[in-house]
Amino acid sequence: MTAPVLSIKGLTKAYPGVVANSDVSFDVRTGEVHALLGENGAGKSTLVKMIYGLVKPDAGSMTLQGKPFAPAEPRAARAAGVAMVFQHFSLFDALNVAENIALGMEHPPRLADLAGRIRDVSETYGLPLDPFRIVGDLSAGERQRVEIIRCLLQDPRLLIMDEPTSVLTPQEVDILFETLRKLTSEGVAILYISHKLEEIRTLCDSATILRLGKKVATCTPAETTARELAEMMVGTVLHTPERSGRALGDVALELSGLALRSPSEFGCSLKDISLSVRQGEVLGLGGVAGNGQDELLGALSGELRSAPEMVRMHGKSIGMLGPIERRRIGLLCAPEERLGHAAAPDMSLTENAMLTGSLRENLERGGFLDWGRAESFAKAIIARFDVRTPGPGNAARSLSGGNLQKFVIGREVMQRPEVLVVNQPTWGVDASAAAAIRQALLDLAAGGTAVVVISQDLDELMEISDRFGALNEGRLSRIRPTSELSIDEIGLMMGGAHDMEVAHV
Amino acid sequence: MLKLEKRPQPSQTWIYLAPVVAVIATMIAGGALFAALGKDPLVAIRTIFWDPLFSEFAFFYRPQLLVKGAPLVLIAIGLSLGFRAGIWNIGAEGQYIVGALTGAGVGLAFYPLEGWFIFPLMVLGGALGGWAWAMIPAVLRVKFGTNEILVSLMLVYVAEQLLASMSLGLMKNPQGFGFPGSRNLQQYPSAHNAELIAGSGMHWGVVAALIAVVFAYVLLTRHILGFHIRLTGEAPRAARFAGVNPGRLVLICLGLAGAMAGLAGLFEVSGPAGRVSIDFNVGYGFTAIIVAFLGRLHPLGIALAGLLMALTYIGGEIAQSRLGLPAAAIQMFQGMLLFFLLAVDLMTNYRLRLTKREVA
Repeated sequence: MTAPVLSIKGLTKAYPGVVANSDVSFDVRTGEVHALLGENGAGKSTLVKMIYGLVKPDAGSMTLQGKPFAPAEPRAARAAGVAMVFQHFSLFDALNVAENIALGMEHPPRLADLAGRIRDVSETYGLPLDPFRIVGDLSAGERQRVEIIRCLLQDPRLLIMDEPTSVLTPQEVDILFETLRKLTSEGVAILYISHKLEEIRTLCDSATILRLGKKVATCTPAETTARELAEMMVGTVLHTPERSGRALGDVALELSGLALRSPSEFGCSLKDISLSVRQGEVLGLGGVAGNGQDELLGALSGELRSAPEMVRMHGKSIGMLGPIERRRIGLLCAPEERLGHAAAPDMSLTENAMLTGSLRENLERGGFLDWGRAESFAKAIIARFDVRTPGPGNAARSLSGGNLQKFVIGREVMQRPEVLVVNQPTWGVDASAAAAIRQALLDLAAGGTAVVVISQDLDELMEISDRFGALNEGRLSRIRPTSELSIDEIGLMMGGAHDMEVAHV
Repeated sequence: MLKLEKRPQPSQTWIYLAPVVAVIATMIAGGALFAALGKDPLVAIRTIFWDPLFSEFAFFYRPQLLVKGAPLVLIAIGLSLGFRAGIWNIGAEGQYIVGALTGAGVGLAFYPLEGWFIFPLMVLGGALGGWAWAMIPAVLRVKFGTNEILVSLMLVYVAEQLLASMSLGLMKNPQGFGFPGSRNLQQYPSAHNAELIAGSGMHWGVVAALIAVVFAYVLLTRHILGFHIRLTGEAPRAARFAGVNPGRLVLICLGLAGAMAGLAGLFEVSGPAGRVSIDFNVGYGFTAIIVAFLGRLHPLGIALAGLLMALTYIGGEIAQSRLGLPAAAIQMFQGMLLFFLLAVDLMTNYRLRLTKREVA
């Protein structure tokens, strides 16, 4: 057994009304990848913030390489050898790689020297990166490399990574894992936060599992099944969504040659997208974020209009219809962004139930609103989808992300759609709620609804979809039955590690 | 160390408390201002807030409260619909002027004919005039994406020039011995917006303001259009997802605000003011912006805020004549009210926390 790089003893942090961490203790050893697992709200980010000096613990202590460690600010943590790659990048699009890295340094060297060091580090760790490329032109995977190299230049003893693979294709994930393994072989310890259990089983040497702010277990992921890990996180037995054998009906939704300019300057225009979904079928659409998912949802929800015949429902051209008319004929959607798109943050759940339900749930009559019925509808969603909230009068923004997601998906599911399109249905949702949402989607399909699931979670798409296609730069790959696909093939469909130089470690 | 922390939900207490705190803070800061001008602050504050209601001459001032409050409320209700949706009509003053011109124009065109139908036609003319003036920024925004704040504001100055031109030219009283200004509508019974109950200050404009308050309340709480207005203001993307057509909403909100401002202008020109003159407008259209925010963009709040603002107008005039306070000081006092309201408003969505400085 090697010595611990970081040792945590009894860390406790309470916020008004909630204990984020209670008496958490564990060790991260030299040269290991240590996973930190837990549902949303289990206290992972608070714990990491304490290690990185962003939050001060109420009680408990830490030692780093045998010395007491109590960073008052991130700068102190960095000086002590802790580096962190955040889930959201903090890079300036208009600057080049070297300039971005220099901005994060306290005493930046001359740019030419820095570029040399960036080249050295990137070659050593198999992360090819040209220091003079403009960040705005880089793919998500390459941007992450910038962040990683920025950390490696500090020569860290402990590297914290917060959900690093959520923006990567499977091939890019492989490259990242190679890099991390090389780092650990040199004695760097890595604290790895992720939801993706299979990934943790492949990569991590040990795992600490948090639930409701407390440590519930430490285990060796390779010797534990993904299901066991998930059940430790949730604390209950998980039900795998079940699909009943079902006969497919007629084509419900059909896109033919859908092309659409993105309204946003940084968006991704849709190019010649054709697909069809039958009644009772689940079509999964994968792809790395920003490859046209939002635009496709907009084109289906009616927020973006297209030529009439590009979108057909039951054979009728509907490309020119707006959201309300599309709801009337049974085409319902749930966008990815919960706050501000699927729901109005400061409005109550009752008002948010009205937002899309007014027509199909008969919540309005001649333009006048029936708030009593809207409240009953909201209550019905809350009850059926187990939304944790004191009541329908609470503002949407007061709900946790996962709970609001359940509400938003539930709101559409309960309106008996003929075609349902969801974008990232279980993003940020805990394992048991995710299973419930997937089950609801499968039940809906079993009842004859055509379901389109747009997601970046490949495991999810493999689990629930009958056929699979991938979006890449606004184009759709050929759609193939899920059962005959391997993860490698899916990666290639998603565009693989395209645009990224291949690593040779 | 003081720290602002976002509340999980907007505080219900502060929604109602904020205007009260703002009024008190205005009294304190305004008192200091008056003291700096060499006046007794307590007397000045009493003159503004107390005398119009309870002094021995209050019988004269109380009706004025309705006369001055009605146009403010009517305009502010219209503005609040747009403000709720994030549509910023700053040009109500111009719509007010144009409404007065078109409404009075209809009346003057019939002179000296008498008939019951004349006044209703004037009302229609006033509303249409304000609506048309507001349609200019609305259509420009929907078609070309111009900024409705700038366009509507600049149109105020165009409207003022139009007013001057009308009172010196087309609408000038032929029997007015060459003085600028139109015929006095108070002396034209069919066109006169007279007091409904003598000595009460109650005229058709007050009735219209009351109807507007009820209309806006029902619209915002019970109707899908009001729901869409609120939704657009709170989450524009969610509104589009719900099926709101943003362009249509701009046309509706600016149109309604313009029509209401136009109505206010017509009731003023045919009633208390009596005639079209160069200095007919006194800034109701701008003050109504303060009224709308002071009333929390809520119809009932606006009704109360309109009365409060009317009070500061009347009290301010008394203070000017009796204490010799400069008019600018009174305007500043009114401005402070909005300033403090916006400042205190922060407490609705945030709370102050006292944090101990963490030891480095």
